[in-house]
Amino acid sequence: MKKLEYPFHAEEILGTKRKIKKELLASGNSFIEKNIAILGGSTIGEIKNMMELFLLNQGIKPHFYEAEYNRYYEEAVFSNDRLKNFHPDIIYIHTTNRNVDRYPTMADSREMIDSLVRGEMEKFEKMWNCLADTYHCPVIQNNFEMPMYRLLGNKDASDIHGRVNFLTRLNMKFYEYTQSHKDFFICDINYISADYGLKEWSDPFYFYLYKYALNIRAIPYLAFNVANIIKSVFGKNKKGFVFDLDNTLWGGVIGDDGVEQILLGQEAPAGQAYLEFQKYIKAHKQLGILLNVDSKNEYENAIAGLRHTDSELKPEDFIQIKANWESKDRNFSDIADTLNLLPESLVFIDDNPAERHIVTEQFPGTAAPEIGESHQYIQNIDRNGFFEVTVVSEDDGRRSEMYLENARRTQFRGSFADYGEYLISLDMRAVIRPFETVYIARIFQLINKSNQFNLTTKRYTRSELEAIMSDESYITLCGKLKDRFGDNGVVSIVIGRVNEKICYIDLWLMSCRTLKREMETAMMDALSERCRERGIEEIRGYYYPTAKNNMVKDFYGTQGFVKMEEDCMGNTKWVYMPVSSYQKRNKFIKVE
Amino acid sequence: MKMKREEVLKILTSIFQNNFDDEKIKLTDATSSVDIEDWDSLEQINLVVAVQDAFKIKFNIEEVNSMNNVGEMVDFIMKKVKG
Repeated sequence: MKKLEYPFHAEEILGTKRKIKKELLASGNSFIEKNIAILGGSTIGEIKNMMELFLLNQGIKPHFYEAEYNRYYEEAVFSNDRLKNFHPDIIYIHTTNRNVDRYPTMADSREMIDSLVRGEMEKFEKMWNCLADTYHCPVIQNNFEMPMYRLLGNKDASDIHGRVNFLTRLNMKFYEYTQSHKDFFICDINYISADYGLKEWSDPFYFYLYKYALNIRAIPYLAFNVANIIKSVFGKNKKGFVFDLDNTLWGGVIGDDGVEQILLGQEAPAGQAYLEFQKYIKAHKQLGILLNVDSKNEYENAIAGLRHTDSELKPEDFIQIKANWESKDRNFSDIADTLNLLPESLVFIDDNPAERHIVTEQFPGTAAPEIGESHQYIQNIDRNGFFEVTVVSEDDGRRSEMYLENARRTQFRGSFADYGEYLISLDMRAVIRPFETVYIARIFQLINKSNQFNLTTKRYTRSELEAIMSDESYITLCGKLKDRFGDNGVVSIVIGRVNEKICYIDLWLMSCRTLKREMETAMMDALSERCRERGIEEIRGYYYPTAKNNMVKDFYGTQGFVKMEEDCMGNTKWVYMPVSSYQKRNKFIKVE
Repeated sequence: MKMKREEVLKILTSIFQNNFDDEKIKLTDATSSVDIEDWDSLEQINLVVAVQDAFKIKFNIEEVNSMNNVGEMVDFIMKKVKG
């Protein structure tokens, strides 16, 4: 919903929240449901309401648990049946600089202040460790915003007695903890409050009246950021950009002005804005974000622009370059198809509101932010949090390359009349093994973002995955695939739960970049072999339809399963038995 | 030109209708949190923020704390809106 995309009008959202919620619920979108516990060191009422709107907008329907007012520590550390019965999927700890037990005074010695830092950290670490041990779910923790006054003036920052100094030290300690703990994320209210304006953010009017630790008008910004972390954890980040060219990646119209005349580079002020924007975009490649072009231009002109001496972005940086006179939505849809992505996984960047409108009308759920003027592009895109990072896997840095390899495969395929011959010539080699620690980041990422080739769309936290990895009653498979064009990395995952002689497949998914390569058959071969080794007689599979996984509706059927049941929602249950009669069927992939 | 009491009430009514997403809300001086189901102490702050924005005024803590019904809110607004 446009209203909930950055840049938004906080007051409008606050003033019409009930109506917005109704609209979101009536939108016909499908939602995943998540239990979210909020433990607050100050009032959380409106924070919860705003989080709900932003989460619904991301396709997540939250159920909330609200800790008693300012009982965040007690509720986290002591036995808490209400929270246990709630089964949180994620916990958000909303504390602020008002929750620091004791600040240094001018009389305190260095040792005393060191021990204050330690004491505060012990309090928080105890809480985080208790939550991780008891609830095994991700935790989001606010860092500290800067204080609303500086007793020592500028020296407050550098002197150990200053609050600015003290809070900065605590923040650094929080980050150290984050770096050594997975499933733990910082909500950077220090940055968000600075961005909003600290003076307004910390207007104490709202604290004195209603114990809100921030200005009520700033709450949508806070809630938006928390919701972004949550949607990222649950695999709802965007995956790529689709760019217009003229007046988006450079100034001017290349077809009219010629390549020498476009604004790009250090010479002109406007050229600098586009250059810096290009650098910002290019840096996204390190995060595995896919870059594409959708421009109304002659192809030659588009390439000439990207070959401009000062162009930071080169044609090779893009996976798909659609420069033609087709309508933008048509090209957009082609790009998504070629990448095997849903249109809503892509962010459309175009300076022209009419083009943005066409694309978002055609593909609801696709983001096409209002980017403003060229000097505002970076700020407006960045604050949307499209690619909020919660987990980095080794594949991220290589993702663009992998898609380019895929493009070469497609080209190569064109030279074969017979698909089987093509598959043979790909010289595919797979490694299919139980989960290993080195791949857990990638497995986690894949599980939480795969939507299309995903039979149950069950999501797992990292702690759950680690528990499953060392649990004898599970069969886990993680499949990697290489071929003559490159290494695809981990592309398929199966989790089976064994009970007596039956294996129940809780999860089966595959990355769409390896569709139609017979990898699913190789996985089935491996699964049946593991089952046979363990004396399992029967394998049961489940298909739960979502808005996105129609492609695997009959997957188990194609793998030789028999349908046992189908309910009115289209959920189906499948069985394969006896396992002992299974014949291996993969002919094209060499499995190590 | 000083704003009339009825005009203030009319603007307040539309703020309340938006906030509670209920077009049936009709405000009188006597309307208080007892009359509107979702109007609790926390909702009050949202109303205050919306009212301040609409009339371009600022309340102080004491004023917010002492508003017990719509009539009192109107009194404060009329006192503050520049004539």
